[in-house]
Order: sequence, then C-alpha cells, then structure tokens
Amino acid sequence: MTAELLVIEGLTRRFGGLIAVDDVSFAVNENEILSVIGPNGAGKSTLFKLIASFLRPTRGEVRFRGERISGLAPHFVARKGVVRTFQETTIFRGMSVRDNVIVAHHLRSRASLAGFYFGSARARQEEEEFGRSADEILAFLGLTPLAGELASNLPHGHLRALGIAIGLATDPKVLLLDEPFAGMNHEETGRAVELVSAVRRRGVTILLVEHDMPAVMKISDRIVVLNFGEKIAEGTPGQIQKDARVIEAYLGSEDDSIGI
Amino acid sequence: MPLAAKIAATLIFLAVVFAGVPWLIAISGQWDLYYTLTSVALLSIASAGVWITFYIGRINIGQGAYALIGGYVSAILVSSYGVSFWLTLPIAGLFCAVVSVLIGLPILRLRGVYFAMVTLILTEVVRLTTLALPVTNGARGMVNLPLPGSIQLFGLTLVPDFATLANPRRAFYFLSAGLMVICFAGLYRLVHSRFGRLCQSLQQNEELAASIGVNVAFLRIIAYGLSSLLGGIGGAIFATISQSIYPSSFTVTDSVNFMLNCFLGGLGYVFGPLVGTFVLYFGWDFLFRTGEYQLLIFSTVLIALMLVLPNGLLSLPLLRRARHAPTQPSGKRLIPLEAERPASASVERG
Repeated sequence: MTAELLVIEGLTRRFGGLIAVDDVSFAVNENEILSVIGPNGAGKSTLFKLIASFLRPTRGEVRFRGERISGLAPHFVARKGVVRTFQETTIFRGMSVRDNVIVAHHLRSRASLAGFYFGSARARQEEEEFGRSADEILAFLGLTPLAGELASNLPHGHLRALGIAIGLATDPKVLLLDEPFAGMNHEETGRAVELVSAVRRRGVTILLVEHDMPAVMKISDRIVVLNFGEKIAEGTPGQIQKDARVIEAYLGSEDDSIGI
Repeated sequence: MPLAAKIAATLIFLAVVFAGVPWLIAISGQWDLYYTLTSVALLSIASAGVWITFYIGRINIGQGAYALIGGYVSAILVSSYGVSFWLTLPIAGLFCAVVSVLIGLPILRLRGVYFAMVTLILTEVVRLTTLALPVTNGARGMVNLPLPGSIQLFGLTLVPDFATLANPRRAFYFLSAGLMVICFAGLYRLVHSRFGRLCQSLQQNEELAASIGVNVAFLRIIAYGLSSLLGGIGGAIFATISQSIYPSSFTVTDSVNFMLNCFLGGLGYVFGPLVGTFVLYFGWDFLFRTGEYQLLIFSTVLIALMLVLPNGLLSLPLLRRARHAPTQPSGKRLIPLEAERPASASVERG
C-alpha cells in the first residue's frame, strides 16, 4: 500500500547565487495526496518544475518507480505518467472546452504524425475513443454543459476544473497540481477539494502546491513544508500544525493561516 | 459550411482558375495577366509556408531566404548538371527543408519577437552567401536558364517541352495554379487533422503542450521544415519562369511581404495567404497610377486594414454576420491569434 511511487532525493537548484531548492528529499506514496506548502518564495514552484523536468536540477534526482526521470525532456516525463498542471489558468484558450480535453489525450495516442495527417484507420479510431473519454471526463468534472464553449470564455472556477480535466486526459499516475484552489471563494474551494479527492479515487497520486491552509489540512494525507528552499518539516496535517519550525516559518501570520 | 456548399465552392474555384481565367484572357487578349497570376500563385505558395509557422505560434520573416535557396538549387542543377527541371523541383524543396531543420534546431527555441528578428536576418545572410559563393556566380547571378523540358512516361508525353510551346506563359500558369491548388488542399487537410490540432496547441501554449506529452521541439521542426519546403518550391519555379536568378531576386522586402500576405488574408484562415497575396499584389499594381503617392496610400490602407480587421480580410463576412445576429453563441466567436493574447505569452519567459 505504501509503495514509494516518486522519490525526490537531494534535489537542488541554483539560479546564479540564489539557491531556490536546497537538498530536498522526500517520497510520494502510491495513491496519496501530498501537499507542499511554504511561505512565498520558498521554492515550491521551482520544486514542481524540477519534478516535471521543466528545469534541470543542479544536484540530486527524481525517480519515478525507481527510474531516474530528472534530465529527461518534459514531454517524455509526461509520457511516463508524471503530469504537471499550471499555476495560472493555463489552457488552450482558442479551442473549445471539449477540444482542450481531446487534444490532451495525445499521450495515449499510438498513431504517427503522418497517420494524423492522412487520417489512418488507427488515428480515426483513436479520435473516436478520445472523444468518448473526453466526454466522460467532462461529465466527471461537471463541465458537460460547457463542452462547446470557447475555453477563453470560461469563468475562473471552471478554468481550474478544465485544467484538471486536461491533466486527467493524459491518464497520469502522478498529477502535479499547482495551486488548484488559488483565487477561489470558500464555496468554490469546497467543491474543488471534493474534485481533487474524487480524482484520487480514480487511482491517481496527487502532489499539490497550495496556499489555502484550511483546504490543505483537510485534503492532504501528508504535508511537506519548505522554507527558503529547504525542507523544514514533513508529516501528517496533525503533526505539521504542531511543528515548532513550521510555526516559526509562518511567524506573524501563522495563527490563522495554518489554523492554530 | 455544409459539405455540399464546400464542394460547390471548391468546384467553382477550380473552374475559375483552370477554365474561367484562360477563357477571359483569350477573349480580352490580356496575355500579361498570365504572368501576373502566375506570380500570385507562386507567392501564395511561399506565403502558405509562412502561414504554417504562424500556425505554430512563430512569426516568420525569413521565407525569402528559402525562396532564394530553392531558386538557386534548381538553377544550379539545371544549368550546371543538366538535371531535368521537374526533378529539381522536389530536390529544391527538400534541400530547403533540410537547411531549415539545421537552422531551426537552434532558433526555434526562441519565441515571439526574438524569433522574428533572427528570421529577418536570414534572407540577408542567404543573399550575401549567394554573392560570395563561386557556384552561385556572385552578383551576375545565373541567367539563360532553359525552360522546363518534357516529361515522358513509357513513350507517352505527359508534359510537353515548354520551349516548343506557342505560349509557355499559359503553361507556367497552369503549372503554378495546379501546385497552388495542391498546396492549399494539403494545408486545408493539415488544419483539419489532428496534426493541426497539435500545431494549435503549440501556438496557444507550448508549456502546456509539453506537459500533455506533445514533443514540442519535434513538431516545431516539422512545421518549419514544411514551411521552408513551400518557400523553396515557389522560388524554384520563379527562377525557371524568369529564366534567371540573382542574389537580389528575393530580398528582405519579399520576406516581409510573405508575412504581410498572411496577416492581410487572416491568420485564422487556411485560405488567408491566398487571399492576402492576391489583394496585396493587385492592390499594389492598382495603386501604380497614383505615382509617387503609391507607397503612402498603400501603407496607410494596410495600417487601416490591420486596425479595423485584425483577423484579416477573410473575417469580413463573419463580422457582418455577427453584427446582424448579436445572439450568436459566444463559442463561435473568433479570436485574434496574436493581438488579444497576453503579452507574456509571446515573450520568452524567464
């Protein structure tokens, strides 16, 4: 049950003189929700980029199922099953909602580029499958009524859901969610938390970066805390809320922000 | 557009191009029009190439470089090695594609204005190279190129020797228009296939495309290679029609015009480059009678058009329909490709 799916070992990234991520190690277990938290500039986003291989680490490595993935091209890492969604509402703005999700099925495609162009039997068959799968994902996330809408016309909360839909379409083993609850009101956050839990029930392991502490405390199995690029704590939400170093890192605002 | 209307429109277009135009020219005696329309067809092929690079989110102001390379490759093979023109046509295209892969590998990493700046220099680089290389005969260029020979298959003459024709201009027109039709049919297929959707995903967000598993670098190279292939083929035919090629046959101005053709016709429409080339070419000619004010009026009109119709000329009928039917579902709304995007999207992020 607690198989280590993703192992981060001694991960370090320098930007010139700045050490954005400093010797961070932790492991993500199969099918858990692990949150990475920390004050602004703690290196959370850099850590995400390193894991999804959008950046190369200065030192250390990321292993997925025992296989080193750091240093590979991002689309290659995605192909292995480690898929990143984005901090801003990053979607294909000029496509319909359904097309966004269909195109995100690309990872599952086995047809060749020429097959796409000439419409080979396999490409056409895949196209149908992806359409069905996209409809299923849209229904799962409650986006069906908006399927034909141009993505750039969606309201904020639905954009997040679409971002998650794009992530799901890739059939990920690990989904990296970058601030899925940012800019949401209480009610929207509640819905989104439900959504993330439902995604986990599909068998997806979730790693998320988030500022919304009540949501993090509610949803996470375990939490990793970063401060100035270093890991200062790791544990269950209960342990993290009592951790002295974490309280110190959040000093000044910790009382309400981590709920103690 | 329903299928029947599409087929009807295609048939009408083909009838006009291959029957209507020759008939009109025959009865009016305006034989010069063949040359003009041949130019439009060839320029629109090269512009279609630029359109492909727009389609993956890159502004390409370097198509003149590939047209020049294509022209020289064909000219050198024909005049120095006696290769049939018909064989040099695909060779010129493929040569340009290979060159563009080599050039594209480093520069396609750049985005927005940075990529545009580098491509702007390409035309000049190629011009200076053709000036310097012995094989291209420097500033004197390559002249007296032979007209295309015949194509024979099993003793059957498929294409007659152009030199024996009473009117090679008409033959060139049919050749260029035929290639133009093939080129735009291919482009239409590209845009309406999954290949096209992947290109669109690049155009709209490269990072997201990579994270859903699209091999961004590979796709960019393929698209740029296709783009340059079209430039090379266009240039090769041009050299043969004028029976000569000089380092100044395609200049930075031509490269800019290829891009303008796409802008003017509309970046969101497959047939944008075709319409753009046609209007730009004839618009410029039409203004010829205004003499010294030609450029002034021309550029003013262009600027005005871009302000009023940022999506290009082809957005005009849609615009009118949208005005008459304001209840049109917003999902069908047209979005400009470059203009409305946040500035950060087109600039390299740190």
